[in-house]
Amino acid sequence: MDRQVHKKVCNINFSLFSPKQIMDLAAAKVVTPELYDREGYSVDGGLMDIRLGVIDPGLRCKTCGQKLKECPGHFGYIELARPVIHIKFVRQVLDLLKSTCKYCGQVLIPENNISKFTDVFDKVGKEEGFEARRRKIKEVVNKFKTKEKCPHCEKKQEKIKIEKPYTYYESDLRLSPIEVRARLEKVPSEDLKIFGYVEGFRPEWMVLTVLQIPPVTMRPSITLESGERSEDDLTHKLGDIVRINQRLFENINAGAPEVIIEDLWDLLQYHVTTFFDNAVSQLPPARHRGGQVLKTLAARIKSKEGRLRHNLAGKRTDFSARTVISPDPFIDLNQVGVPLSMSMNLTVPERVTEWNKEYLLKFVKNGPKKYPGANYIIKPDGKRKSITEDTQEEILEELEEGYLVERHLLDGDVALFNRQPSLHRMSMMCHKVKVLPGKTFRLNPAVCNPYNADFDGDEMNLHIPQNDEARAEAKILMLVDTQIISPRYGLSVVGCIQDAITGNYLLTKELVLSRAEATDLLYNCGVTDLSPLPKKEKVDGSEVFSVLLPNDFSFIGKDKSGNDVKIVNGKLKSGYMDKSNLGQESGLMLRNIYEKYGPAYTAELLGKISKLGISVLARRGFSIGIGDMDLPLETQDEIRATVKKSEDEALKIIDEFYAGKLDALPGRSVAETLELNVLGALNKARNKSGDIAMKQVQNSAAITMARSGARGNPLNIAQMTAVVGQQALRGKRIESGFKNRTMSYFGNKDLSPKARGFVKNNFKSGLTPAEFFFGAMTGRDALMDTALRTPKSGYLYRRLSNALQDLKVEYDGTVRDASSRIVQFSYGEDGLDVSKTKNGVVDVKSVIQNVIGASK
Amino acid sequence: MKAEHTKIINSYADKLPPLVLKTVEEEVPGNISASNLSKIMEGVIAAYKYAEVHPGESVGLVGAESIGEPGTQMTLNTFHLAGVAEVQVTTGLPRIIEVFDARKEIKTPMMEIYLKSPHNKNMEKVRKFAANIKEMKFEEFVSEYSLSIFDQTLKVVLNKGLLDDNALVAKDLIKLIKTKAKGFNLTSQNEEILFTHKGKTEEIKDLYAIKEKIKDVKVGGVKGLKQVLPVKRNEEYVVLTSGNNLKDVLALPEVDSNRTTSNDIYEIYKVLGIEAARQAIINEVYKVVESQGLNVNIRHIMLVADVMCASGVVKGVTRYGVVSEKASVLARASFETPLKHLFNAALEGEVDDLTSVVENVMINQPVPIGTGLPGLITKMK
Repeated sequence: MDRQVHKKVCNINFSLFSPKQIMDLAAAKVVTPELYDREGYSVDGGLMDIRLGVIDPGLRCKTCGQKLKECPGHFGYIELARPVIHIKFVRQVLDLLKSTCKYCGQVLIPENNISKFTDVFDKVGKEEGFEARRRKIKEVVNKFKTKEKCPHCEKKQEKIKIEKPYTYYESDLRLSPIEVRARLEKVPSEDLKIFGYVEGFRPEWMVLTVLQIPPVTMRPSITLESGERSEDDLTHKLGDIVRINQRLFENINAGAPEVIIEDLWDLLQYHVTTFFDNAVSQLPPARHRGGQVLKTLAARIKSKEGRLRHNLAGKRTDFSARTVISPDPFIDLNQVGVPLSMSMNLTVPERVTEWNKEYLLKFVKNGPKKYPGANYIIKPDGKRKSITEDTQEEILEELEEGYLVERHLLDGDVALFNRQPSLHRMSMMCHKVKVLPGKTFRLNPAVCNPYNADFDGDEMNLHIPQNDEARAEAKILMLVDTQIISPRYGLSVVGCIQDAITGNYLLTKELVLSRAEATDLLYNCGVTDLSPLPKKEKVDGSEVFSVLLPNDFSFIGKDKSGNDVKIVNGKLKSGYMDKSNLGQESGLMLRNIYEKYGPAYTAELLGKISKLGISVLARRGFSIGIGDMDLPLETQDEIRATVKKSEDEALKIIDEFYAGKLDALPGRSVAETLELNVLGALNKARNKSGDIAMKQVQNSAAITMARSGARGNPLNIAQMTAVVGQQALRGKRIESGFKNRTMSYFGNKDLSPKARGFVKNNFKSGLTPAEFFFGAMTGRDALMDTALRTPKSGYLYRRLSNALQDLKVEYDGTVRDASSRIVQFSYGEDGLDVSKTKNGVVDVKSVIQNVIGASK
Repeated sequence: MKAEHTKIINSYADKLPPLVLKTVEEEVPGNISASNLSKIMEGVIAAYKYAEVHPGESVGLVGAESIGEPGTQMTLNTFHLAGVAEVQVTTGLPRIIEVFDARKEIKTPMMEIYLKSPHNKNMEKVRKFAANIKEMKFEEFVSEYSLSIFDQTLKVVLNKGLLDDNALVAKDLIKLIKTKAKGFNLTSQNEEILFTHKGKTEEIKDLYAIKEKIKDVKVGGVKGLKQVLPVKRNEEYVVLTSGNNLKDVLALPEVDSNRTTSNDIYEIYKVLGIEAARQAIINEVYKVVESQGLNVNIRHIMLVADVMCASGVVKGVTRYGVVSEKASVLARASFETPLKHLFNAALEGEVDDLTSVVENVMINQPVPIGTGLPGLITKMK
């Protein structure tokens, strides 16, 4: 049934082509710079010869007989009229010329030393790796480069110099590539070992006599709208080479003067050089007529947009989608809402069997336009058939076991969901599809954190795995449930956020509900078993919350303000639910539930808790306004007094400084001491007034959110209600922007708080223009910092992942790299997987508690 | 803790890592019965087994992610003033990059010098010790230079107060700068040193050159220690320095060589060896991560440190360091400088055995890591 042939590439060899190999491999010899004849067909012996592969639909390759997309293309060659140096081997050729005898061609080392050195190389290579070997070879070669007499034929050697990029001189006499090649030919193969070259390699290959022509498929021409053909950069460059080459041939045959031949030869060398690398520093790059630089071979391989990093190490896929995301707290944690229109384009292949034929026929009957339908069927021979109104009847009849039906996405299908930048493995998790109306992806806000997503226009990608192996792997290894615990620190990365936290906080802290309200809430978040709810008319919020917890769950921890949180047998006895227990990146409660009840249960519970919190807020109502920033008059006075006191203190320090009474701190100058002291005094002002503001009895929404940890912190509140505080630039107060002053508005050498960036007002009362400007300064600095940091940390990450990517734990528990070198004998010295630990340690305490608890 | 308990716990030494055993010892209540203790030990073993890494786990990439991901959250502020009176240090992302690059010249070299027990209690003594190890240059003692064009002499007036503080006289300084000042006659008079030409050459240029030359002559202290600062830490006084010279400082008799450290990885490697360098990398990176309020498990940092030190010398996580040692041509080429790697590979006839990750991604084969590691063969009847 399946005609899969499994072949595995087991290794890749790197070596240089010899001229003979190039000719043997070639499908055609290129002799004319013309590309097409008058009818528009490619010329035989031209660069677009159809023996080199086809790029036009309908044509067949003359070499392999295959059509477009089937024929991989074939190499050709040009016979160069005169040899040229390969630009990438200029160094090697120079080394060889310098260290071999001009007359006998042997290396300038006495015979018996060669084997001695090669032994040393092998030993170094074995013990310290190829990199060290390469260094050793360089060292040895450098030593013999400067010898003046050949030890074999006793003749004196001349000095060889290079004029970059590719002209060699011997005692001021130019060595033509022909001479260079002749020299290299003389070097005996046995002597080459000392340079570390591979067996069978001949150095004269580095001087080109034939040039390999890449297949047409590698440099396809584009037909413009006007019907004109636009050739690839490589074809242009090759055209130049062929043209000059032909002229050189003609001139040589016609016996033209040596000067003309030399000139043409140089030009040929230039063209061949830029064909390989158009960014040689001493050469002007070859350009298009418009002045645009040609992109030739080296540029195609190099850099992020090059073949290696763009096409080989990174790939694009079918069966993927991308759109804006929006939140939906009422879908499960591990679901993703997929727009209906998308689900009719993304498909899942399903094989027709005896048992599911009826089921699959339903999809085919619906066709591509009706959901849930199918878009294609694939016959056992691999032929793909589109389901249209015309073909539908035929396909319905034809469909039998062994066919594949590409059906539309259904609820419950497995999908991979991803947001860039994919900085850790939780950036790509497996979700289960839920087809929804609308045009955006929907996700549960609780999983925002691992993706680092928000809903201000973020887009995310969705991929649909296409075979069972991929689906199984995604579901078992990548499902959101299994990724709850971060491998970075062993705590949960998903958790309630924002409203869900506030809601639960209010619920457990102060709400008392009627039984009807309580049941309504619980039903709303998917609880059907209400038996744990106490049979009372009025129910406490904490009792409602306890209904969600499993009966045998006990937990002792701390809440955000440091009070004990106690859960005994599934009942919340004391403490409030806030960020430190429900939130992400904290909270051992979720971690404990995960350990005891497993991933799936935790995900479900988290979903319920989150829904409960949101429902509570929806029913109770929760809103923030400018009135939340109001402080009682006495508090305002108190704050004003504190700020004034700190300001006075700062002014006193400044006076002391001017009076010369300030003592310098050790290791500091007096001026620095002044700055530090003043900064300290002013920061104290803000912290103190922040505390005062937070202490106010009024329970505004802002304070509730800050206390529960849902949003905001005391500092934010203090800045809004009390005082914004000192603006610091690089850890210091704001220094001069003008001469001796921060703004023209202030006096000369004014060191007082208000002239150096102290913002006395708060955001509600409004800032003075000077204060606002200071705020803008620190704001700009922060923006700059982020902009500079992102690429730096990105590069660090790339380097780290490149260096460490092939480390893995072996079956014996050791950590080894790709060449089986041991890096660690036991991972992390104790062999623990961080994602299975609690914050990196084995939880001995709970084991002890279990044993003791059980025996009691 | 009863002896009997210790015996039971220690009998598990080959099954559990020492740290876990230690926590058990600390956490177990003293009155526990032997049978319950064995039950606990079994439970701990089960918990430990559960938390062990699975073969094939791609620990390298997880480590790289764990350090790379919070990198975006770190501050870039190079200078961070820890407390009121401490030495300036590079922190945050720049410091992490510096450590992972294994730079030989670091931006802010620093040392923490701990002193042995009798020397570390008295603030005055510590301050004196600190003043003694601070490198002092000739320049610092000079209050005035005067070059006389007519007499062709250079007169250096020294700062008397400073000389007295250090119990030096002009003659002592002459001894130190003599070797630098060949071709000159040096005479001293009170706090003045006079330079006169020995021979006939009368070039004012030479005098100027000598003036610049003698400025850098070390007069006292330990070379490289530019600033010293005694600080109280817990119950003792510690000397923080900017600039470092581990080798010379460790040789001083008052210094506690077990605790004294430098923040220069390369220096530690040279003075104390590769294992110390590895520990230094872990400490330095962990310190930064912690100071930024990030939670990164130490195992990830250890792994990077081990990779950097695995070859016996400290190699940076750069194209010249760790990455250049990879066996695979394609893996190296896909990182940086691809052409160089490809051409070298061709000349030397390298073979890529496709044992690591990127090469297999390139040719669309499963990678030999994680679920790609085991091979399954169906037994055909």
